[in-house]
Amino acid sequence: MAILGAMEVYIPSAAETSDTTTILAKDFMFNPSPLTVKAGSTVTWTNKDDEPHTVVSDAGIFKSGGMDTNESFSYKFDKPGTYHFTCSIHPRMVGTIVVQ
Amino acid sequence: MSDDQSLLSRRNALKCMAYGGAGTLFVLSGGVFTPIDLAMAAGYKQGAAKLGKPLFVQISDTHIGFNKEANPDVNGTLSQTIDLVNGMSDQPALIIHTGDITHLSKPAEFDLAQQLFTRLRTTEMHTVPGEHDTTDATVTEYFNRFGKASDNKGYYSFDHAGVHFIGLINVLQFKPGGLGTLGEEQLAWVATDLKGRSASTPIVVFAHMPLWTIYEPWGWGTGDADQLMSQLRRFGSVTVLNGHIHQIVQKVEGNMTFHTARSTSYPQPVAGVGSGPAPLKVPADQLAAMLGITSVSVVKHPSALALNDTALA
Repeated sequence: MAILGAMEVYIPSAAETSDTTTILAKDFMFNPSPLTVKAGSTVTWTNKDDEPHTVVSDAGIFKSGGMDTNESFSYKFDKPGTYHFTCSIHPRMVGTIVVQ
Repeated sequence: MSDDQSLLSRRNALKCMAYGGAGTLFVLSGGVFTPIDLAMAAGYKQGAAKLGKPLFVQISDTHIGFNKEANPDVNGTLSQTIDLVNGMSDQPALIIHTGDITHLSKPAEFDLAQQLFTRLRTTEMHTVPGEHDTTDATVTEYFNRFGKASDNKGYYSFDHAGVHFIGLINVLQFKPGGLGTLGEEQLAWVATDLKGRSASTPIVVFAHMPLWTIYEPWGWGTGDADQLMSQLRRFGSVTVLNGHIHQIVQKVEGNMTFHTARSTSYPQPVAGVGSGPAPLKVPADQLAAMLGITSVSVVKHPSALALNDTALA
Protein backbone atom coordinates (compact mmCIF):
# COMPACT_ATOMS: atom_id res chain seq x y z
CA MET A 1 0.00 0.00 0.00
CA ALA A 2 2.89 2.34 0.73
CA ILE A 3 4.11 1.95 -2.84
CA LEU A 4 0.67 2.66 -4.25
CA GLY A 5 0.44 5.72 -2.06
CA ALA A 6 3.73 7.06 -3.32
CA MET A 7 2.68 6.64 -6.93
CA GLU A 8 -0.46 8.68 -6.62
CA VAL A 9 -0.35 12.07 -8.23
CA TYR A 10 -1.49 14.09 -5.32
CA ILE A 11 -1.29 17.85 -4.98
CA PRO A 12 -1.23 18.90 -1.35
CA SER A 13 -3.82 21.31 -0.07
CA ALA A 14 -2.71 24.91 0.37
CA ALA A 15 -5.74 25.47 -1.86
CA GLU A 16 -7.68 28.56 -0.97
CA THR A 17 -9.55 28.78 -4.21
CA SER A 18 -8.98 26.09 -6.78
CA ASP A 19 -10.69 24.08 -9.44
CA THR A 20 -10.12 21.01 -7.35
CA THR A 21 -13.40 19.38 -6.57
CA THR A 22 -11.96 16.22 -5.11
CA ILE A 23 -11.34 15.77 -1.40
CA LEU A 24 -9.33 12.78 -0.29
CA ALA A 25 -9.88 10.98 2.98
CA LYS A 26 -6.36 9.82 3.66
CA ASP A 27 -4.42 9.09 6.83
CA PHE A 28 -7.55 9.98 8.79
CA MET A 29 -7.72 13.53 7.38
CA PHE A 30 -9.80 15.27 4.74
CA ASN A 31 -7.60 17.10 2.28
CA PRO A 32 -7.84 19.79 1.01
CA SER A 33 -9.82 21.50 3.70
CA PRO A 34 -11.14 24.09 3.60
CA LEU A 35 -11.98 23.78 -0.07
CA THR A 36 -13.48 26.73 -1.92
CA VAL A 37 -15.60 26.07 -5.02
CA LYS A 38 -18.04 28.00 -7.18
CA ALA A 39 -21.77 27.50 -6.76
CA GLY A 40 -22.92 24.66 -8.97
CA SER A 41 -19.75 22.63 -8.43
CA THR A 42 -19.86 18.95 -7.64
CA VAL A 43 -17.45 17.84 -4.94
CA THR A 44 -16.29 14.24 -4.82
CA TRP A 45 -14.82 12.65 -1.71
CA THR A 46 -12.66 9.54 -2.22
CA ASN A 47 -11.43 7.27 0.55
CA LYS A 48 -7.74 6.37 0.24
CA ASP A 49 -7.45 4.62 3.62
CA ASP A 50 -7.79 0.91 4.41
CA GLU A 51 -10.41 1.93 6.96
CA PRO A 52 -13.89 3.00 5.79
CA HIS A 53 -14.92 6.63 6.12
CA THR A 54 -18.16 8.54 5.76
CA VAL A 55 -19.00 12.14 4.88
CA VAL A 56 -21.84 13.61 6.92
CA SER A 57 -22.87 17.25 6.77
CA ASP A 58 -23.03 18.80 10.25
CA ALA A 59 -26.22 20.56 9.18
CA GLY A 60 -27.74 17.34 7.84
CA ILE A 61 -27.60 18.48 4.20
CA PHE A 62 -25.70 15.51 2.75
CA LYS A 63 -24.64 12.10 3.99
CA SER A 64 -22.65 9.31 2.37
CA GLY A 65 -22.86 5.68 3.32
CA GLY A 66 -19.74 3.87 4.47
CA MET A 67 -17.08 4.33 1.78
CA ASP A 68 -14.63 1.48 1.51
CA THR A 69 -11.11 1.96 0.10
CA ASN A 70 -11.21 3.85 -3.22
CA GLU A 71 -14.96 4.36 -3.05
CA SER A 72 -16.36 7.84 -3.60
CA PHE A 73 -19.31 10.03 -2.75
CA SER A 74 -20.36 13.19 -4.61
CA TYR A 75 -22.61 16.12 -3.81
CA LYS A 76 -23.53 19.14 -5.95
CA PHE A 77 -23.38 22.49 -4.15
CA ASP A 78 -25.87 24.91 -5.69
CA LYS A 79 -26.10 27.46 -2.90
CA PRO A 80 -23.26 29.66 -1.68
CA GLY A 81 -22.35 29.15 1.95
CA THR A 82 -20.01 27.33 4.33
CA TYR A 83 -20.54 23.61 4.75
CA HIS A 84 -18.91 21.65 7.57
CA PHE A 85 -18.71 17.88 7.42
CA THR A 86 -17.46 14.99 9.58
CA CYS A 87 -16.67 11.29 9.25
CA SER A 88 -19.22 9.62 11.51
CA ILE A 89 -16.90 6.65 12.05
CA HIS A 90 -13.98 8.90 13.06
CA PRO A 91 -15.55 12.14 14.31
CA ARG A 92 -12.18 13.82 14.69
CA MET A 93 -12.02 13.86 10.86
CA VAL A 94 -13.68 17.15 9.97
CA GLY A 95 -13.64 19.37 6.89
CA THR A 96 -15.12 22.51 5.40
CA ILE A 97 -16.31 23.51 1.94
CA VAL A 98 -16.87 27.16 1.08
CA VAL A 99 -19.22 27.66 -1.85
CA GLN A 100 -19.00 31.09 -3.52
CA MET B 1 -7.37 -16.82 47.83
CA SER B 2 -3.91 -17.66 49.17
CA ASP B 3 -3.75 -20.81 47.03
CA ASP B 4 -4.16 -18.64 43.98
CA GLN B 5 -1.33 -16.33 44.84
CA SER B 6 1.20 -18.67 43.23
CA LEU B 7 -0.60 -18.13 39.94
CA LEU B 8 -0.87 -14.45 40.17
CA SER B 9 2.44 -13.52 38.72
CA ARG B 10 1.94 -10.07 37.33
CA ARG B 11 5.23 -10.30 35.50
CA ASN B 12 4.18 -13.44 33.67
CA ALA B 13 0.77 -12.06 32.90
CA LEU B 14 2.20 -8.88 31.49
CA LYS B 15 4.68 -10.87 29.45
CA CYS B 16 1.80 -12.86 28.05
CA MET B 17 -0.13 -9.73 27.16
CA ALA B 18 2.87 -8.10 25.56
CA TYR B 19 3.33 -11.00 23.17
CA GLY B 20 -0.39 -11.63 22.73
CA GLY B 21 0.40 -15.25 23.58
CA ALA B 22 -1.87 -18.05 24.66
CA GLY B 23 -4.14 -15.68 26.52
CA THR B 24 -4.59 -13.98 29.81
CA LEU B 25 -6.99 -14.89 32.52
CA PHE B 26 -8.51 -12.14 34.63
CA VAL B 27 -9.92 -12.93 38.01
CA LEU B 28 -12.12 -10.41 39.72
CA SER B 29 -12.80 -11.29 43.33
CA GLY B 30 -13.91 -8.88 46.00
CA GLY B 31 -13.19 -6.01 43.65
CA VAL B 32 -9.58 -7.06 43.03
CA PHE B 33 -8.83 -7.72 39.40
CA THR B 34 -5.75 -9.78 38.69
CA PRO B 35 -4.34 -11.05 35.41
CA ILE B 36 -3.02 -14.61 35.28
CA ASP B 37 -1.12 -16.28 32.48
CA LEU B 38 -3.68 -18.59 30.90
CA ALA B 39 -1.16 -21.33 30.22
CA MET B 40 -0.19 -21.31 33.90
CA ALA B 41 -3.81 -21.45 34.96
CA ALA B 42 -4.45 -24.36 32.62
CA GLY B 43 -1.61 -26.28 34.24
CA TYR B 44 -3.08 -25.74 37.68
CA LYS B 45 -6.25 -27.78 37.71
CA GLN B 46 -7.39 -26.90 41.19
CA GLY B 47 -7.06 -23.22 40.40
CA ALA B 48 -8.81 -23.57 37.07
CA ALA B 49 -11.73 -25.35 38.71
CA LYS B 50 -12.22 -22.35 40.95
CA LEU B 51 -13.06 -20.28 37.92
CA GLY B 52 -16.48 -21.85 37.88
CA LYS B 53 -18.92 -22.32 35.07
CA PRO B 54 -18.48 -19.94 32.15
CA LEU B 55 -21.21 -17.34 32.28
CA PHE B 56 -20.76 -15.75 28.88
CA VAL B 57 -18.28 -15.21 26.09
CA GLN B 58 -17.63 -11.80 24.59
CA ILE B 59 -17.01 -11.64 20.85
CA SER B 60 -16.20 -8.30 19.28
CA ASP B 61 -15.39 -6.49 16.06
CA THR B 62 -16.00 -9.33 13.63
CA HIS B 63 -16.02 -6.80 10.73
CA ILE B 64 -17.61 -9.18 8.26
CA GLY B 65 -16.95 -7.69 4.81
CA PHE B 66 -13.39 -6.55 5.58
CA ASN B 67 -11.00 -8.00 2.99
CA LYS B 68 -7.81 -5.97 3.17
CA GLU B 69 -4.24 -7.07 3.75
CA ALA B 70 -4.50 -6.96 7.55
CA ASN B 71 -6.76 -10.04 7.32
CA PRO B 72 -8.13 -11.19 3.95
CA ASP B 73 -10.17 -13.93 5.69
CA VAL B 74 -12.28 -12.46 8.50
CA ASN B 75 -14.87 -15.19 7.92
CA GLY B 76 -12.17 -17.76 8.62
CA THR B 77 -10.96 -16.13 11.83
CA LEU B 78 -14.54 -15.74 13.07
CA SER B 79 -15.05 -19.39 12.26
CA GLN B 80 -11.95 -20.29 14.30
CA THR B 81 -13.30 -18.18 17.14
CA ILE B 82 -16.58 -20.06 16.99
CA ASP B 83 -14.68 -23.38 17.06
CA LEU B 84 -12.82 -22.15 20.14
CA VAL B 85 -16.08 -21.31 21.92
CA ASN B 86 -17.77 -24.52 20.79
CA GLY B 87 -14.79 -26.46 22.10
CA MET B 88 -15.08 -25.13 25.65
CA SER B 89 -15.79 -28.03 28.00
CA ASP B 90 -18.50 -26.03 29.74
CA GLN B 91 -20.54 -24.08 27.24
CA PRO B 92 -21.24 -20.48 28.20
CA ALA B 93 -24.88 -19.59 28.75
CA LEU B 94 -24.67 -16.46 26.61
CA ILE B 95 -22.67 -14.81 23.87
CA ILE B 96 -22.26 -11.03 23.95
CA HIS B 97 -21.16 -9.29 20.76
CA THR B 98 -19.84 -5.79 21.45
CA GLY B 99 -20.34 -4.44 17.94
CA ASP B 100 -18.85 -3.87 14.54
CA ILE B 101 -20.50 -7.07 13.45
CA THR B 102 -20.01 -5.84 9.88
CA HIS B 103 -17.48 -3.61 8.20
CA LEU B 104 -19.78 -1.46 6.02
CA SER B 105 -23.34 -2.09 7.28
CA LYS B 106 -24.20 -3.89 4.04
CA PRO B 107 -27.18 -6.28 4.05
CA ALA B 108 -25.03 -9.10 2.61
CA GLU B 109 -22.45 -8.61 5.40
CA PHE B 110 -25.11 -8.80 8.12
CA ASP B 111 -26.64 -11.86 6.47
CA LEU B 112 -23.30 -13.64 6.29
CA ALA B 113 -22.49 -12.75 9.90
CA GLN B 114 -25.82 -14.14 11.07
CA GLN B 115 -25.23 -17.28 9.05
CA LEU B 116 -21.79 -17.75 10.65
CA PHE B 117 -23.19 -17.16 14.15
CA THR B 118 -25.66 -20.03 13.72
CA ARG B 119 -22.72 -22.42 14.17
CA LEU B 120 -22.34 -21.36 17.80
CA ARG B 121 -23.50 -24.09 20.17
CA THR B 122 -24.62 -21.37 22.55
CA THR B 123 -27.63 -19.90 20.81
CA GLU B 124 -28.44 -16.94 23.04
CA MET B 125 -26.60 -13.92 21.67
CA HIS B 126 -26.90 -10.31 22.80
CA THR B 127 -25.51 -7.50 20.69
CA VAL B 128 -24.87 -3.77 20.59
CA PRO B 129 -23.97 -1.99 17.35
CA GLY B 130 -20.64 -0.46 16.46
CA GLU B 131 -20.23 2.62 14.29
CA HIS B 132 -19.42 0.31 11.35
CA ASP B 133 -22.88 -1.25 11.76
CA THR B 134 -24.72 2.05 11.43
CA THR B 135 -23.26 3.68 8.29
CA ASP B 136 -26.16 2.74 6.00
CA ALA B 137 -28.20 5.75 4.91
CA THR B 138 -31.26 4.85 6.94
CA VAL B 139 -29.45 3.16 9.88
CA THR B 140 -31.88 0.27 9.64
CA GLU B 141 -29.83 -2.77 8.57
CA TYR B 142 -28.58 -3.46 12.12
CA PHE B 143 -31.91 -2.77 13.79
CA ASN B 144 -33.88 -4.88 11.30
CA ARG B 145 -31.85 -7.88 12.44
CA PHE B 146 -30.79 -7.16 16.02
CA GLY B 147 -33.14 -4.38 17.14
CA LYS B 148 -35.87 -6.50 18.70
CA ALA B 149 -34.27 -6.82 22.16
CA SER B 150 -34.12 -3.05 22.53
CA ASP B 151 -37.33 -2.14 20.67
CA ASN B 152 -35.01 -0.56 18.07
CA LYS B 153 -33.50 1.82 20.62
CA GLY B 154 -30.14 0.07 20.85
CA TYR B 155 -30.12 -0.07 24.67
CA TYR B 156 -31.73 -2.70 26.90
CA SER B 157 -31.17 -4.84 29.97
CA PHE B 158 -31.73 -8.41 31.07
CA ASP B 159 -30.89 -10.70 33.96
CA HIS B 160 -29.10 -14.00 33.93
CA ALA B 161 -27.82 -16.12 36.83
CA GLY B 162 -28.30 -13.25 39.26
CA VAL B 163 -26.23 -10.88 37.11
CA HIS B 164 -27.85 -7.76 35.65
CA PHE B 165 -26.70 -7.05 32.09
CA ILE B 166 -27.06 -3.64 30.44
CA GLY B 167 -26.38 -3.18 26.71
CA LEU B 168 -25.79 0.43 25.63
CA ILE B 169 -25.37 2.26 22.33
CA ASN B 170 -22.76 5.01 22.04
CA VAL B 171 -22.14 5.19 18.29
CA LEU B 172 -25.08 7.18 16.94
CA GLN B 173 -25.00 10.70 18.30
CA PHE B 174 -21.46 11.48 17.25
CA LYS B 175 -20.23 15.04 17.58
CA PRO B 176 -17.63 16.46 15.17
CA GLY B 177 -14.20 16.11 16.72
CA GLY B 178 -15.71 14.26 19.65
CA LEU B 179 -16.02 10.96 21.42
CA GLY B 180 -18.91 8.50 21.48
CA THR B 181 -22.11 9.68 23.13
CA LEU B 182 -24.79 7.96 25.21
CA GLY B 183 -27.20 10.90 25.29
CA GLU B 184 -29.71 12.21 27.83
CA GLU B 185 -32.50 9.82 26.94
CA GLN B 186 -30.38 6.72 27.35
CA LEU B 187 -28.80 7.96 30.60
CA ALA B 188 -32.27 8.64 31.99
CA TRP B 189 -33.31 5.12 31.02
CA VAL B 190 -30.28 3.66 32.87
CA ALA B 191 -31.30 5.58 36.00
CA THR B 192 -34.78 4.05 35.80
CA ASP B 193 -33.35 0.61 35.06
CA LEU B 194 -31.06 0.67 38.10
CA LYS B 195 -33.54 2.24 40.49
CA GLY B 196 -34.30 0.01 43.46
CA ARG B 197 -31.73 -2.58 42.45
CA SER B 198 -29.68 -3.99 45.33
CA ALA B 199 -26.08 -2.78 45.46
CA SER B 200 -25.02 -6.42 45.78
CA THR B 201 -26.33 -7.25 42.29
CA PRO B 202 -23.36 -7.88 39.98
CA ILE B 203 -23.66 -5.58 36.97
CA VAL B 204 -22.24 -6.16 33.49
CA VAL B 205 -22.40 -3.14 31.17
CA PHE B 206 -21.49 -3.59 27.53
CA ALA B 207 -21.21 -1.10 24.67
CA HIS B 208 -19.10 -0.84 21.55
CA MET B 209 -16.92 2.20 22.14
CA PRO B 210 -14.93 2.30 25.38
CA LEU B 211 -16.94 3.77 28.27
CA TRP B 212 -13.75 5.35 29.61
CA THR B 213 -11.38 7.60 27.76
CA ILE B 214 -8.46 5.57 26.47
CA TYR B 215 -7.24 8.00 23.81
CA GLU B 216 -9.24 11.08 23.02
CA PRO B 217 -7.44 12.11 19.78
CA TRP B 218 -8.67 8.88 18.18
CA GLY B 219 -12.11 9.11 19.71
CA TRP B 220 -11.45 6.12 21.97
CA GLY B 221 -13.90 7.02 24.68
CA THR B 222 -17.43 8.20 25.44
CA GLY B 223 -17.94 11.88 26.21
CA ASP B 224 -20.76 11.52 28.72
CA ALA B 225 -19.66 8.22 30.29
CA ASP B 226 -19.10 9.97 33.65
CA GLN B 227 -22.86 10.35 34.00
CA LEU B 228 -23.18 6.59 33.58
CA MET B 229 -20.37 5.77 36.02
CA SER B 230 -21.84 7.95 38.75
CA GLN B 231 -24.95 5.76 38.60
CA LEU B 232 -22.97 2.52 38.74
CA ARG B 233 -20.58 3.46 41.52
CA ARG B 234 -22.84 2.26 44.35
CA PHE B 235 -22.77 -1.33 43.10
CA GLY B 236 -20.34 -3.83 44.61
CA SER B 237 -19.30 -5.48 41.34
CA VAL B 238 -19.44 -3.70 38.00
CA THR B 239 -17.84 -5.11 34.87
CA VAL B 240 -17.69 -2.78 31.85
CA LEU B 241 -17.00 -4.46 28.51
CA ASN B 242 -16.23 -2.75 25.22
CA GLY B 243 -14.75 -3.46 21.81
CA HIS B 244 -13.83 -0.90 19.15
CA ILE B 245 -10.07 -0.68 19.67
CA HIS B 246 -9.21 -4.28 18.70
CA GLN B 247 -6.86 -4.88 21.62
CA ILE B 248 -7.00 -5.56 25.33
CA VAL B 249 -6.86 -2.53 27.57
CA GLN B 250 -8.13 -2.62 31.12
CA LYS B 251 -8.36 -0.68 34.32
CA VAL B 252 -9.87 -1.03 37.76
CA GLU B 253 -11.55 1.85 39.53
CA GLY B 254 -13.04 1.00 42.91
CA ASN B 255 -15.44 -1.91 42.34
CA MET B 256 -15.54 -1.26 38.61
CA THR B 257 -13.50 -3.26 36.14
CA PHE B 258 -13.12 -1.91 32.61
CA HIS B 259 -12.06 -4.19 29.81
CA THR B 260 -11.85 -3.83 26.03
CA ALA B 261 -11.71 -7.03 24.00
CA ARG B 262 -9.64 -8.16 21.09
CA SER B 263 -11.26 -8.32 17.69
CA THR B 264 -11.83 -11.54 15.77
CA SER B 265 -10.94 -9.73 12.51
CA TYR B 266 -7.80 -7.58 12.60
CA PRO B 267 -5.61 -5.83 15.18
CA GLN B 268 -5.26 -2.06 15.52
CA PRO B 269 -2.25 -0.04 16.65
CA VAL B 270 -1.62 0.94 20.23
CA ALA B 271 -3.10 4.39 20.98
CA GLY B 272 -1.29 7.20 19.19
CA VAL B 273 0.98 5.02 17.06
CA GLY B 274 0.57 6.04 13.42
CA SER B 275 -1.88 8.41 11.73
CA GLY B 276 -5.00 6.76 13.07
CA PRO B 277 -6.72 3.54 14.12
CA ALA B 278 -6.19 1.78 10.78
CA PRO B 279 -6.05 -1.99 10.37
CA LEU B 280 -2.64 -3.12 11.61
CA LYS B 281 -0.74 -5.37 9.23
CA VAL B 282 1.26 -8.06 11.01
CA PRO B 283 3.02 -11.16 9.67
CA ALA B 284 0.49 -13.93 8.99
CA ASP B 285 1.95 -16.19 11.68
CA GLN B 286 1.37 -13.50 14.31
CA LEU B 287 -2.19 -12.60 13.39
CA ALA B 288 -4.06 -15.29 15.31
CA ALA B 289 -2.30 -14.38 18.55
CA MET B 290 -3.67 -10.85 18.23
CA LEU B 291 -7.28 -11.91 17.75
CA GLY B 292 -9.53 -13.54 20.28
CA ILE B 293 -12.40 -13.64 22.74
CA THR B 294 -13.15 -12.87 26.36
CA SER B 295 -15.06 -15.28 28.53
CA VAL B 296 -16.55 -14.44 31.89
CA SER B 297 -17.20 -16.96 34.64
CA VAL B 298 -18.89 -16.75 37.97
CA VAL B 299 -16.21 -17.25 40.60
CA LYS B 300 -17.33 -19.11 43.72
CA HIS B 301 -19.43 -16.31 45.10
CA PRO B 302 -22.02 -14.98 42.66
CA SER B 303 -20.94 -11.39 43.23
CA ALA B 304 -17.53 -12.08 41.74
CA LEU B 305 -16.87 -12.42 38.04
CA ALA B 306 -13.72 -13.59 36.30
CA LEU B 307 -12.63 -12.40 32.88
CA ASN B 308 -10.58 -14.69 30.73
CA ASP B 309 -9.05 -13.64 27.43
CA THR B 310 -8.19 -16.26 24.87
CA ALA B 311 -6.29 -15.64 21.66
CA LEU B 312 -6.88 -17.72 18.52
CA ALA B 313 -3.31 -19.00 18.75
